[in-house]
Amino acid sequence: MKALVAVKRVVDYNVKVRVKADKTGVETANVKMSMNPFDEIAVEEALRLREAGIVSEVIAVSAGIQQCQETIRTALAMGADRGVLVQTDTELQPLSVAKLLKAVVQKEEPGLVIIGKQAIDDDCNQTGQMLAALLGWPQATFASKIVISEGRAEVTREVDGGLETVAFKLPAVVTTDLRLNEPRYASLPNIMKAKKKPIDAMTPEQLGVDVTPRLVTLKVEEPAKRQGGVKVGSVAELVDKLKNEARVI
Amino acid sequence: MAVLVVADHDNRALRPATLNTLAAADAIAKVGGGDVHVLVAGKDCRAVAEASAQIAGVAKVLLADDAGYEHGLAENLAPLIVGVAPNYSHILGPATTFGKNLMPRVAALLDVMQISDISGVESSDTFIRPIYAGNALATVQSKDAIKVITVRGTAFPPVEASGGSAPIETVSAAGDTGMAQFVRAELSKSERPELTSARIIISGGRGMQSGDNFHLLEKVADKLGAAVGASRAAVDAGFVPNDYQVGQTGKIVAPELYLAVGISGAIQHLAGMKDSKVIVAINKDEEAPIFQIADYGLVGDLFKILPELDEELGKRQQ
Repeated sequence: MKALVAVKRVVDYNVKVRVKADKTGVETANVKMSMNPFDEIAVEEALRLREAGIVSEVIAVSAGIQQCQETIRTALAMGADRGVLVQTDTELQPLSVAKLLKAVVQKEEPGLVIIGKQAIDDDCNQTGQMLAALLGWPQATFASKIVISEGRAEVTREVDGGLETVAFKLPAVVTTDLRLNEPRYASLPNIMKAKKKPIDAMTPEQLGVDVTPRLVTLKVEEPAKRQGGVKVGSVAELVDKLKNEARVI
Repeated sequence: MAVLVVADHDNRALRPATLNTLAAADAIAKVGGGDVHVLVAGKDCRAVAEASAQIAGVAKVLLADDAGYEHGLAENLAPLIVGVAPNYSHILGPATTFGKNLMPRVAALLDVMQISDISGVESSDTFIRPIYAGNALATVQSKDAIKVITVRGTAFPPVEASGGSAPIETVSAAGDTGMAQFVRAELSKSERPELTSARIIISGGRGMQSGDNFHLLEKVADKLGAAVGASRAAVDAGFVPNDYQVGQTGKIVAPELYLAVGISGAIQHLAGMKDSKVIVAINKDEEAPIFQIADYGLVGDLFKILPELDEELGKRQQ
């Protein structure tokens, strides 16, 4: 069984983003870009399933500008077998990405698609669910544990009240949460090896997918800044301030 | 055209986030015209439908009662919602794990782009939503015929749960698609208030050093009637379960009072709590970023401060 993982190129999670002066978006020029952390967890899980003999091949897919190739290389350096890049300069929104992934899935026929639950740039949390819908497949979002045997998966999900386990027949889409695993670092020899691994490039037009954005961003602004307050010297002073100044207890 | 809110519930009662979602629905109905309806889909959940009918501003309740809806599986619920969708201009769900799991599946089946986690309504097609962990606010306009939306509960004060008397209409249910099975739930049991609707929250971070030490927080929580939360670091370290996590990808909270104890204040954590009315930080590192947004900061050893706080609160309650 093949596993397909989707990887997104995003502003690194350590970068403090700045809103552009013309309010069209956030500054991405000369900013460190990385793989979306939840997608790293997706790659790691696919690799572990391959190491366990459940998955035969791990394919890393990314969609977007040419530089997304670097994100695919990161996945290949972690251990993925090959890459697919759907290249376009059009702004891609989750519905478009789901349609592109559907087209790739129909070509590759994986038994399992693993995707990060959310990208840390647009914070949408949609793509996996949308892909499952378009394919007519079951979905398990926010996964903290995946057990696969005999073509069936049992997935434990992180939900608001605690944990929930669902089961279904593969193929399916799983989206990752933080506690699923701890992604490995790529070793130097593997980074070198990754340079030789194949990346198949294609365009949305070749896949027959219309990626016209449905949402128009009218403006992007900075939220109101919170002012730092005062330091208090003792517990008694703190309780007094909360009671008599802030009046919250 | 009307606005539909998909209720988040446990077959016995509505989850509070549904009332916040209804506030967003009211705001949309006000600018766009039309009634607000609630869909209650579950098993033996008539009581939830009856409670929904009492909510101020609700014009109609749709009830879909079927074993296939008992556990809120998106595979079963999405076709039900798509079936009623032609009657609505907007379909809203709360940005809880229930809504986040379900609504994108609905949107894709309708071939529309979801607008996730909105924090403001500008007009019937234009909404404000936080991006980059709340470090930027985007104003987005949807060009789709039906707007599928999830709502950030903390951005909309809940509507009144009483004062209405809407009719309940049964919708024929497609039921179980057989695509997925619910196996089990392991839910945290607590007598304390639920995190996302608590008036006061006290959260612990890596500085707590162990799960056992959380009892120090719990004692203070009980004096204050507070919920207990945690940073990602504390959850990853196994101190407390995942449902305690406050942050960009955990729970978003905005209580009257948020006490951050032994939490340094990574932007991912701040994203989940910086809209709290009053923030208190207790940390031994006076350079910790959490102090930059705290209204009251106390520098010191939490293992000394927490018992003192417990005692001080006890004294004042007498």
